[in-house]
Amino acid sequence: MADVYMPRDEAELAALVKVANAGGNPLEVCGFRSKRDAGRPIKPSAVVSTAKLSGITLYEPKELVISAKAGTPLHEIEAALDKHDQELAFEPADFSRIYSPDALAASIGAIAAMNISGPRRILRGAARDHLLGLRAVNGEGSPIKSGGRVMKNVTGVDLVRGLAGSWGTLSIFTELTFKVLPKAPESRTVIFLGLADEAATGVMSAAMGTPYEVSGTIHLHSALVGRLSDQEIAPAKTALTALRLEGAPQSLAYRVEKLRREIAPFGDTYELDQQRSWEFWADIRSRAFLSKDFERPLWRITIAPSKAALIVRALSAFFEVNAAYEWSGGLLWLELPPSADASVTEVRRVLAEFEADSMLMRAPKAVRSSIEVFHPLPFAKMKIVQALKTSFDPAGVLNPGRMYAGV
Amino acid sequence: MSLIQMPKADPMVIARRQAIVGGLSRALGQGTLVSDEGGLRAFETDALTAYRSVPMAAVLPRSTGEVSRVLKFCSENRIKAVARGAGTSLSGGALPAEDSIVIGLSRMNRILDVNFLDRTATVEAGITNLGISNAVGAARFFYAPDPSSQLACTIGGNIAMNSGGAHCLKYGVTANNVLKVKMVLMNGEIVELGGDYLDPQGYDLLGLATGSEGQFGIVTEVTVRILRQAEGARPMLLGFGSAESAGGCVSAIIADGLIPVAIEFMDKLAIEVCDDFAKAGYPRDAGAMLIVEVEGSADEIEEQIQRVKEIASRFEPTAMRISQSEEESAAIWKGRKSAFGAVGRISDYYCMDGVIPLGKLAEVLKQVEDAGKKHQLKILNIFHAGDGNLHPLILYNANNEREKQAAEECGAELLRLCVDAGGCLTGEHGVGIEKRDLMRYQYTDSDLIQQMRVKAAFDPQWLLNTGKVFPLDLQTRFAAEALEKHG
Repeated sequence: MADVYMPRDEAELAALVKVANAGGNPLEVCGFRSKRDAGRPIKPSAVVSTAKLSGITLYEPKELVISAKAGTPLHEIEAALDKHDQELAFEPADFSRIYSPDALAASIGAIAAMNISGPRRILRGAARDHLLGLRAVNGEGSPIKSGGRVMKNVTGVDLVRGLAGSWGTLSIFTELTFKVLPKAPESRTVIFLGLADEAATGVMSAAMGTPYEVSGTIHLHSALVGRLSDQEIAPAKTALTALRLEGAPQSLAYRVEKLRREIAPFGDTYELDQQRSWEFWADIRSRAFLSKDFERPLWRITIAPSKAALIVRALSAFFEVNAAYEWSGGLLWLELPPSADASVTEVRRVLAEFEADSMLMRAPKAVRSSIEVFHPLPFAKMKIVQALKTSFDPAGVLNPGRMYAGV
Repeated sequence: MSLIQMPKADPMVIARRQAIVGGLSRALGQGTLVSDEGGLRAFETDALTAYRSVPMAAVLPRSTGEVSRVLKFCSENRIKAVARGAGTSLSGGALPAEDSIVIGLSRMNRILDVNFLDRTATVEAGITNLGISNAVGAARFFYAPDPSSQLACTIGGNIAMNSGGAHCLKYGVTANNVLKVKMVLMNGEIVELGGDYLDPQGYDLLGLATGSEGQFGIVTEVTVRILRQAEGARPMLLGFGSAESAGGCVSAIIADGLIPVAIEFMDKLAIEVCDDFAKAGYPRDAGAMLIVEVEGSADEIEEQIQRVKEIASRFEPTAMRISQSEEESAAIWKGRKSAFGAVGRISDYYCMDGVIPLGKLAEVLKQVEDAGKKHQLKILNIFHAGDGNLHPLILYNANNEREKQAAEECGAELLRLCVDAGGCLTGEHGVGIEKRDLMRYQYTDSDLIQQMRVKAAFDPQWLLNTGKVFPLDLQTRFAAEALEKHG
């Protein structure tokens, strides 16, 4: 078991990384380790956790901005925002439960490091779109900052976007600043039951193409519907397609009605009221629809929504596929039967015809060790990725190999 | 103006000009080569017209393949290259060096694909910003970021500068609305960054390249998100006795949780100049004015307008006028969007682009006024107030050396004010040459070196749009290292 370090401030963290850099000793970078079983397995000499870099450092509700140390638990930030009826509008999804039932909650640093967004991403943007600025320590142990606390900023290279989603392989975050938005007072959900996948992506895309500001779309295969907590929906044993709208009561009622009229040709619709709508999307956010069986590989695919159903159909020729179509089909979650290689050959062969991006989100360690977890890159792009890694972390000590071998 | 130094041109490169022109000619197919003095004058500057420099040659390619062959030739012969869209950069982003060549994308302006179901449009980089919205407008879709120069500026230039615009308050800037680009690297390699849809996993190379000011590669094709237009939109004009009241009103609107599509600010001088030009019926007796635009259904618009009116009434408004027709709305926006041109009719000006936290708006506007008095220059304020993006226009006479110098000094002072207030040097115009020497005011050398290393990851030879963004002494160091490593 590698030693675990929990530096208490940026200087301590920088000193620690400097030593690792000098000795070429690889570090596992983490917050609360709730997603340590994601990505490629690595063999670190030590673990660095940001758990003790904790606390909100600035919150200006009137300016819609919040800053917190990287190890601040997400729920602490959400509780503070909630007091002012505000929220992180990208609605970070909670993946911890698909890895371990007793996992600790995510840190805000992990949300940024993995660019984790939830259902509302499709209307309001991703985690990285709301990340205004950060402080971090690079692989040489040098503190760096980028961005700031203002909404618009094009001063120099946008390291903020570059570091968001880099899985701790380029730098270790110490402090993050996010844009926040007012919470919508109410939520309604329009659902269809029993739509085929093609019809479902069709209706979701059509809904997103209306002016009614749909703030969440999902289509679940029947096996996934059964895992939801809504006791009227869960036993339905049929596919479910859901569209969410949010806002002030009057405007919401108007938009729900208009939307239902516009999508009526796709079939009968049902409406979930405020409470059930809220609970439904809380389930979606906490990934309750995904299996907790660690042996079952879970793939994350991004694809043009109009092609999503074709991929699922093509893969269904090989094995049973349980699919969730989020972001109107642009984000696919595929649960496949257990296998020694997570069916990587079939998955990537099919995807090659559709220009999709794939990532093996969950699988046993042995599987993640033996295949490319992140989508393989063309040579020219891989060269940039390697050069980028070297530009931040020349000795390769930060989460080496977590994303790609040798990076 | 003369304060900003450009790197010395390399006479050895210029001496090879004939051979270089020949090589470029061979690299091009359908594209056009410009090498005569008169033709090259068209490429000597951009919208930062105080700086001019004629490049060795300019090429206007028609395909990604041609861009690739041209860059490969430049890379093999160590020739600097500068990409150019429509040349509307306000920070000198498209300013060439005497020992560089310009690659103009204006001939690559086709729409390649529009998909309303997936809500995407794929276009060539030389198409104008407005050209995209026009192409999808009949289906009631639009491309959201709307820089004031949108009639002329290209999507490629928008990506280089991560351009914003008035409606970014709700819809975000360029980086939030681009899905994929095809980019040619300095060595001629063609890469695709981003993906067919949102958030592929892996490093966000697209995010890094967006706003990289033409220093990472040359974008030739772009896939953008297009959005469905709101059911309706309506601007309103709010006049106030003073800039402080108007600033206070902006903060109060945002603090109330109301996010209009746009909140634009104009001070007294700006109101007069823009109204003279656009005859928009602005409240000319007001000390400052806001354009607040809300959108949605008729009822939603009405409800939001009432809320804005309630908030504004706390700041003793001198005028409140809600647009009653499409024509009136168009006139209101015409006045705002043609502001820089309208100011240009009465004076030379130097346009700043600093951003501040909203809570500091009133305070910083006062400091801006004081700075103008100190330098004996008139300053006109017109800006995207909802996101704190200031655009003080410093008026000066280009034929008056004192005023020219004072304008640059005053500009630098204003930008330092923004950084001191917790903001940044530039919100949407980019650093270019204009703010290059102020970068150390916002960043430490360790921050800047990290940024420069990232640039070198894309352009290890250090040949693309050099001399900009980063302090020159650091660039000299990086260029020397690049020469040593890559020949």
